[in-house]
Amino acid sequence: MKMALETEYSPDADRIMAVSLGPQHPGAGHFRIRLWLDGDYVVKALPDAGYVHRGEEKMGEYRNYIQNVPHLERPVILDSSNILFAYSLGVDELMNSKIPSRGQYLRVIMSEINRIISHMYFIAIQGLFLGHTTMITWCMGDRDFWIDLGERIAGARVTFAYIIPGGVRNDIPEFAIEKGLRTCDWFEKRMDEYEKIFYDNPMVHQRSDGVGVLSREEAVAFGATGTVARASGLALDVRKDEPYSSYQDFEFKTPVLTQGDSWARAYVALLDMRESVKIIRQALKRLPQGPVRLKLGPQPRVPAGEAYSRTEAARGEMSYYIVSDGSPRPYRLKIGVPSAKNLRALPHLLRNVHVADIPVIYWSLNYWPVEADR
Amino acid sequence: MTEPTSKASEPAIPAPPQVTAPPQQAKVPSNQSSAAAPAAPNPDLDRAKDIADRITSKYPGSKLEWVKPRRLKVSVPSGMIKDVALFARDSLGFDHISTVSGVDWIAKSALEVVYFVGSTAPGQEGFVLALSERVPRDNPVVPTLIEVWMGAEYHERETHEMFGLNFQGHPDQSHLFLPEDWNDLPPLRKDYVSPGR
Repeated sequence: MKMALETEYSPDADRIMAVSLGPQHPGAGHFRIRLWLDGDYVVKALPDAGYVHRGEEKMGEYRNYIQNVPHLERPVILDSSNILFAYSLGVDELMNSKIPSRGQYLRVIMSEINRIISHMYFIAIQGLFLGHTTMITWCMGDRDFWIDLGERIAGARVTFAYIIPGGVRNDIPEFAIEKGLRTCDWFEKRMDEYEKIFYDNPMVHQRSDGVGVLSREEAVAFGATGTVARASGLALDVRKDEPYSSYQDFEFKTPVLTQGDSWARAYVALLDMRESVKIIRQALKRLPQGPVRLKLGPQPRVPAGEAYSRTEAARGEMSYYIVSDGSPRPYRLKIGVPSAKNLRALPHLLRNVHVADIPVIYWSLNYWPVEADR
Repeated sequence: MTEPTSKASEPAIPAPPQVTAPPQQAKVPSNQSSAAAPAAPNPDLDRAKDIADRITSKYPGSKLEWVKPRRLKVSVPSGMIKDVALFARDSLGFDHISTVSGVDWIAKSALEVVYFVGSTAPGQEGFVLALSERVPRDNPVVPTLIEVWMGAEYHERETHEMFGLNFQGHPDQSHLFLPEDWNDLPPLRKDYVSPGR
């Protein structure tokens, strides 16, 4: 497995072949990896992002704080609530608004539902890349029950646009609470089955144990976050580190593994979902009464100032840097997305590995090209 | 003048003259906490102020832009950012790069680069230090901080293509998100106008 290719590598060597992986690769999405191969081994890999760059940050400067809501969730529709959660926290901070507690709880519920939706997609495709067809069929099917639940709460199916500055868009209907509790009970049993068929599967272990190992020191140096950091023993979780919204009210753990390989990165997602189910159940049972949002008006004026807000999205730390000059539009809107933060680890992990291991390592980083490009 | 390496927060923090928060922030010191009373003690705010004091007292040219609970932004004069970054990483525990951003202050003819750095030090994970430097718009050159925070590489590359900031010493400043043949102003500068606007 380990070859001293790094020292032998020279770009003119005849035996080195340059290959493009993507951007039309069905698994890679809109993303290309430039590879230099020596036989079956990767000598060097460079990520080439930007195929779906749409200038979300520039668009944000042309729209007011409420008009920004629908387009800001487009970079990561799998996890649409968490990216808006961070934005809303930033705007709330600048406006110094105090969100009603029912709104806070609903924000948490929706954020955790979206975490499950995103993680289900992640482990489904991880199963696909490992040749484990059961995983993609099961997870894609089961994910729909969570999307259904989100639809009952928000009214839309994937792009919920539910968490907005000032609270959440609408109240939760009574029947959705009961449906949510039932979904939680069912899903906990279902996750036991995932463990048996996928995570305890000898084939999965063979393909992903010790593949793409990221050490804790490297995770710190690269600024890795989310599932990638927690699989490498780096216990970072914004929900615990700075309990935003109402996360201090709930009992949950931050799952941390130390192996740092592809298997651990996929397993952290399952452990995350177990905690998410716990949080959703507690929040649904203890949902306070009262209003769910503040009345902001269609064009709120935000006082001049700067805010840096963070949330723990499914992939890791989602951050916004909002600069306001007192006008109805943000002066600068920086979206710090977890995929872009984890991207630096990719060329490092793709050295001296088999070509067949590339999809496993790539996808285990939970990289979403649309999110990284913005 | 020696800096203690322990991260214990100092109990006595008078209103220091260095804390020159802009007026819009001065009246909202406790905007994140649930307590509405502004006089409520906030250990997170005190600790952020403490960190700011340690930077501004060690580097007299640096200036505290604003401080909030768990957040602080320090701007440094030209040529000092790497020293401050090394001090923040090695002595203050800010070792985990979060993101890098640029801001185009076109009215002041300046470009600003801001490094947002988190921490993995126990008890300090929720804190984010924003380290900024302003450079003239017609000659926007800043040193790269890859040697301090390796993860800044792609963030700096993005800031380069979006703002035209030149990171001296960066190994590869080719386009990351923009097309290779982009032949226009850096798009996040204020004088670039989106098509159709």
